[in-house]
Amino acid sequence: MAGGADKGKSSGGIDAHPMDQFIVKPLFGDEGLSLFTITNSTFWMAVCVGIAFAIFVLPTRNATLVPGRMQSVAEVIYGFVRKTVLDVLGEEGKPYFPYIFVLFTFILISNVAGLIPASFTVTSHVAVTGVLALMVFCTVTAIGFVKHGPGFLGLFWVDTAPAPLRPVLFLLELISYFVRPLSHSVRLAGNMMAGHAVLKVFAAFVPAMGVAGLIPIAAMTGIYALELLVAVVQAYIFTILTCVYLNDALHMH
Amino acid sequence: MEGDIGNMGQYIGAGLATIGLGGAGIGVGHVAGNYLAGALRNPAAAAEQQATLFIGIAFAEALGIFSFLVALLLLFAV
Repeated sequence: MAGGADKGKSSGGIDAHPMDQFIVKPLFGDEGLSLFTITNSTFWMAVCVGIAFAIFVLPTRNATLVPGRMQSVAEVIYGFVRKTVLDVLGEEGKPYFPYIFVLFTFILISNVAGLIPASFTVTSHVAVTGVLALMVFCTVTAIGFVKHGPGFLGLFWVDTAPAPLRPVLFLLELISYFVRPLSHSVRLAGNMMAGHAVLKVFAAFVPAMGVAGLIPIAAMTGIYALELLVAVVQAYIFTILTCVYLNDALHMH
Repeated sequence: MEGDIGNMGQYIGAGLATIGLGGAGIGVGHVAGNYLAGALRNPAAAAEQQATLFIGIAFAEALGIFSFLVALLLLFAV
């Protein structure tokens, strides 16, 4: 993506290209990227994990029956995800709750931390969300085969449909199943990337418009609020889709 | 003017591919609008259907995402 942003730079009229913020660059020094280079992406991932630690581990270390302020923040988020998982999966979903909870917190925190000015949005890269989505895809497929054996393939063969339609539905189900990790990851990355790019585009209007630049600043305030909503909703959607996919594997159709 | 006819086609194609996102917008609006209509008729049942609302939105959006993906591929991968 970094290469693409450079290519766009030559044709754009704006000084700072709106896609520049997504370039992954080494945090220290200027040497090229290798597998173990500490980049801004890895740095912000570590920050997100640190925030998650500060929210969930530290306040609940000496948990009290009547929660304090920080403990109730952790409890509200915990209860929310727990309810989501149990609503979709039922009691059988309990063993998978920790994994889904970790997914939700990581995505939520990195989405929201990405909105801090001059920070880096980890989840705006398909490379990151792609790994998260592929992990879900592989886990779900493995759970399906463990639970149902070869019978899991019945997920693609719709018994309730009229016989002549079944091969067609088989193809459609097969495509829709393998397209899941793609839409799952690109939805999150695309939403984060688009929102941040829009903010940058509006920011470029401000110096260009002089006094009237107050108008794009007001618009940016509104868009920023919307982005905060989108950050939370996208984390929720990623979680609930994970639950829905897992539900397919646990209960078939 | 710089670039060549290949670049031009690439950018025009990427622009055209984003039209597909309009379809996703229609779909998401349809889901949310129908949810609101149903929720106003029976507010008591609205809260428990919220998860269904988001699943519906996500699935409606999924197909629009593919056109966004095509645009990205045209811009960065061709």
